[in-house]
Formats: sequence, C-alpha cells, structure tokens
Amino acid sequence: MNDNQLIANTLGRALLDERNQLRLRQAIQDGLPLTRQPYKTLAIALGIKEQQVLDTIQYWTESDLIKRLGLVVKHHSLGYRANAMVVWDVPADDVDRVGELLSQCDVVTLCYQRPRRLPHWRYNLFSMIHGKDRSMVLEQLADLIAENQLDGFQRDVLFSYRLFKQCGGHYANGECSSRNSEREQAESGQSMKHAQPSIKETQVAYG
Amino acid sequence: MEVLDQRLIDEYQKGLPVSSRPYLDMAKRLNVTEDDILESLDRLTKSGVLSRVGPVFNHKKAGASILAAMAVPDEKMKDIAGRVNAFDGVNHNYAREHEFNLWFVVTAPDQAQLENTITAIEDACGYGVMSLPMVKSYYLDLGFKIQWNQ
Repeated sequence: MNDNQLIANTLGRALLDERNQLRLRQAIQDGLPLTRQPYKTLAIALGIKEQQVLDTIQYWTESDLIKRLGLVVKHHSLGYRANAMVVWDVPADDVDRVGELLSQCDVVTLCYQRPRRLPHWRYNLFSMIHGKDRSMVLEQLADLIAENQLDGFQRDVLFSYRLFKQCGGHYANGECSSRNSEREQAESGQSMKHAQPSIKETQVAYG
Repeated sequence: MEVLDQRLIDEYQKGLPVSSRPYLDMAKRLNVTEDDILESLDRLTKSGVLSRVGPVFNHKKAGASILAAMAVPDEKMKDIAGRVNAFDGVNHNYAREHEFNLWFVVTAPDQAQLENTITAIEDACGYGVMSLPMVKSYYLDLGFKIQWNQ
C-alpha cells in the first residue's frame, strides 16, 4: 500500500491522536479482552469511543504496523520443542534471491537479512526452523537445502537449548507478562551444551 | 485438545475480525456459539497454549528493535541471562549452541533509547553485545501451520 492510499484510507475514519494511539497500543500488546465486545471493553477502559478503537486497529493492520491479529501460539506448548536459527553467508548480489526462496518454504518461520560483523560473524541471512525435535528440524533443513540448491552457501545451525524469556514485543513501555519464564529445552536426548566459548569477552561495535 | 481449539489455531492465527462482536463473527463461521469461542480462547490462554489473542506488531514500524548476541562462559550463563531479562525491552532470550551463545531481542520506542538499553545491558553484564539490526525482511508472518498428532 502506498502513502497516498494510506492517506485516503484515513479519510472518514475516527482515528486517535498520538497520545491515545500509544495508550491503545499499550492496552492491546498483551492481548485483547475475552469479552463479547472486546474493542468496546478497551474503549471504556481508555475513555474513548469503540469506533475509534476499531478504526485505529483496522488502520494499523492495513498500514502493516500490525503484521497479524489473532491467536499467538507458544510453539513449545504444542510439542514444538526444537528450534534452530539457521544462518547463511550469501554474497550481497544474491541475498535477495535466496531470502525470497527461503521465505517460500513452509518450515521457515522467519527470514531476515542482517549485517555481517567481521571477523566475529560472517552470516548475513537469518532463518528460523521449528520442529517437534532436533531430528525433525535437521530433516526439514536437509530437504530445504536439496530442493533449493543451497549447498554452496556456508551456513551454521544454532539450536536453542534453553529459553530464558519469551513474550510479545513491547514498544510502549508495558510490562512483560512472562519475564521469569525459563525452561530447559533439551528434549532430544543429545547433549545440547555447546563447548566452552573460547571468547570470554567480545567487544563488537554495534550500529 | 478439543476440536474447536485446534480449529481456532488453524483458522485464526491471523485475520481476527475487527468488528463490534469479533468472537460472534468467528462463531458463525465455525458453526458454534459465541460462548464456545470465548471458552475455547480462555482455555487455550489459561493452559499456556497461547501467549495472547491479539496483535503481532511489525518490529520495524512499531519502534526500534534489534537482535543481539553475547558470548558468555557456560557457568555464567544463568546469571547473565537473568541480568539481560531484567531489562523491560528484552522480549526473547535464548541460549543457543554457538560461541555466541546468548541471543535476545531488544525493543525500544526509538533508536536512541534502543542504543541506551544496549549500552546499559553491556554495563550490567560485563560483556560486549553484537548487534544485528534487520536490514530486510523476506517473510510475511501468517502464523504457523501446526501438524496435529504427528
């Protein structure tokens, strides 16, 4: 959607001012109320009109501030106990093509380009693969590499072995509701512990 | 898990109605009652299957966010992870198998506050943070297809 379309879409809508938009964002970031009229419940709590809540949230979904609105599932709770961040070193002139390829694969749940941090970090393409166990993730990865002819790219597979915190993105200074969640994730029977890191302290510039 | 719970997860990871009675609209489509929907969502939330029924914000547009990594000695992992978790802006934090073994996402309302938070995390932990901002997203988040009973 381009800017002109966005502007056109705001016409005739009961959008909120900036302060109330921030309040609404805070109010929904941990979820909608489970009442028959959840948007009205929010409106009453915030002292605004239901139509303003509806129009503002609709506008956010159309303008892609909200990527999706719905049930946010904790994969782990449904038996998806293994997840690997698979990172790839792809030449700059090919990274868009490979990124698009990966994003088309059903098993890939995230796919981002990020900067390299040489000499510590050579990988510029990040993807996430979830599975019920480690072997399922590795099988899916092997299929994906074969089907898309990705064997020529240097890659690394970073399985998670412990979850210290997982909750929604909080941009509006709200509290994280699951801040103390911590779970062992070693389920596959293999040793999940990585060798002692050889770098004790890493100084890496950020930007 | 009840059939309705599975159907809701299959059908409504995206596209929750923005209407006066969203749960009634969902009920009509799935041929159940509004109360069935509310009970199912309540059950799924309380049992920890769902983290919420609500929005997934676009990190890039909703504020500033960054993927960050640290290389931490194994014996200090738990302590350092706790220090990182103490920051409100941290919303994912995993130990992963790599020299860089602690991976977390930091969010903030804007870039300046994000950089302040990263500096504060480095000070609190005593280790450098490798920051990996998103350059480009190739993935459209439509939820995740669950393979039931496999």
